Amino acid sequence: MNEIVNWVQDQVDSYGGPTWGPPAWSFTTALVSIALVLVPLLLTVLYYQLVERWVIGWIQVRKGPNRVGWKGVLQPIADAIKLLMKEQIVPAGANKALFFLAPIISVAPALAAWAIVPFAPGWVIANVDAALLVMLAMTSLGIYGVIIAGWASNSKYAFIGAMRAAAQMVSYELAMGFAIVCALMAGQSMNLTEIVARQDGNLGFLEWFWLPLLPMFVVHFIAGLAETNRAPFDVAEGESEIVAGFHVEYSGMTFAVFFLAEYANMILVSTISALLFWGGWLSPFNFSFIRDAGPAISWLAAPSILWLLAKIAFFMFAFLWVRATFPRFRYDQIMRLGWKVFIPLTLVWIVVIGVLMMEPIASTFPFSIWFGRP
Amino acid sequence: MLSRVREILSSLMLAELFKGLWLTRRYLFARKITVMYPEEKTPRSPRMRGLHALRRYPNGEERCIACKLCEAVCPALAITIESEQRADGTRRTTRYDIDLYKCIFCGFCEESCPVDSIVETHLIEYHGEVRGDLIYTKPMLLAIGDRFEAQIAADRTEDARFR
Repeated sequence: MNEIVNWVQDQVDSYGGPTWGPPAWSFTTALVSIALVLVPLLLTVLYYQLVERWVIGWIQVRKGPNRVGWKGVLQPIADAIKLLMKEQIVPAGANKALFFLAPIISVAPALAAWAIVPFAPGWVIANVDAALLVMLAMTSLGIYGVIIAGWASNSKYAFIGAMRAAAQMVSYELAMGFAIVCALMAGQSMNLTEIVARQDGNLGFLEWFWLPLLPMFVVHFIAGLAETNRAPFDVAEGESEIVAGFHVEYSGMTFAVFFLAEYANMILVSTISALLFWGGWLSPFNFSFIRDAGPAISWLAAPSILWLLAKIAFFMFAFLWVRATFPRFRYDQIMRLGWKVFIPLTLVWIVVIGVLMMEPIASTFPFSIWFGRP
Repeated sequence: MLSRVREILSSLMLAELFKGLWLTRRYLFARKITVMYPEEKTPRSPRMRGLHALRRYPNGEERCIACKLCEAVCPALAITIESEQRADGTRRTTRYDIDLYKCIFCGFCEESCPVDSIVETHLIEYHGEVRGDLIYTKPMLLAIGDRFEAQIAADRTEDARFR
């Protein structure tokens, strides 16, 4: 592996010379690492929607799609081909430029935010120190895609859907931001790799931040549901009221791009939850006695990207589980929950965490687990 | 006061939401009740009201005597009948059309028929490919009757007990 990389680097350097070689090489590595993140991500999105239909089917005592290929595993391929072949319809009176710009604006930040996500120590495209800020900025940008789509469609349903989505995403952005502030206070960094590193210790999953930040962990997950416009907060596309919300006028590939953005965002929220509150790639069995128990067991305590993937998979499943369980919130209830419950709760918890991190308390027993480190 | 505190606490703990999630988790692993349609079919009542058919007597003579009761009773005005006297002096239809675009499958034609000629079969898997394909004429309806006579007769015998 290393030989191939070195050989490619030599080639790039010899053709580019001292001036163009290094930038060409860093461009190549960036491109390759982007492909290494995006290709699995897009495949996950493709199959996530199949798993979604399966899980929701099973919960409703149905079998879900099982006709295309073995047990239905080729269903997403069939759907993708169908969407590619469909006619692209632009509604009369739509602003054509904005109409086609909207899906791009909504998918670009959803994919760009993955640049800051570490999958293991060092396995990250951009190991920036303000990673959480980048993440927040990127997920907020996605709202513009939704608003522009709703406005450019020249359809009242799309417009109402876009208004709802914008109001909801802005409201829950705050709660989500405050929940993340709690995590970065506990982690003492905005760099995701360092936040995960601070959850390492001798007590396995008890060291992770979900325990001291339990309400924030729940708030972050629920706000994540609202941020991605997923059930039970999917009034933005409430099919019984406004057909499909902001993307009602989109067909074929442009619709598929919105779809992709929504699912990429869901996976992103799951990943951020796993990194901030569930210790990322750290093993839940990372107890000192397991580490010292000899090679037969100690592998259980080793950090691995597989732990992270398992945690992400659980959160992704939770998204579907919640969707299959709860009825849609009424619009005023969503606003009440966001502004009158979550924001006060998160503000109070920031103060609580601040107090717990102050010196005499931070080094007394239960709190020393999370806050007692230098 | 205390109950109010308990209420707030349980709503903060999302107690009822977790109860709901636990319930759906049980159904996630429950036995699935999906009927894999073309391969498996649910049982059908002998009174099933599917596609129409015109029956014949065992000697091959068509039953319909063109009394036009079905045409009169049809609430959707889907049946059109024209009739004349045949050479042997019996009254027969020359035209018996059922417009399946209009038909609501209420079964009134079947109920009104004094000679059990117009009946509804179990057949529901049919389609039309061009406009007008679903206007069924007399020969088509007789052909359906010939095709399903055994089933139709069995259904009538089973249902006779309740009439």
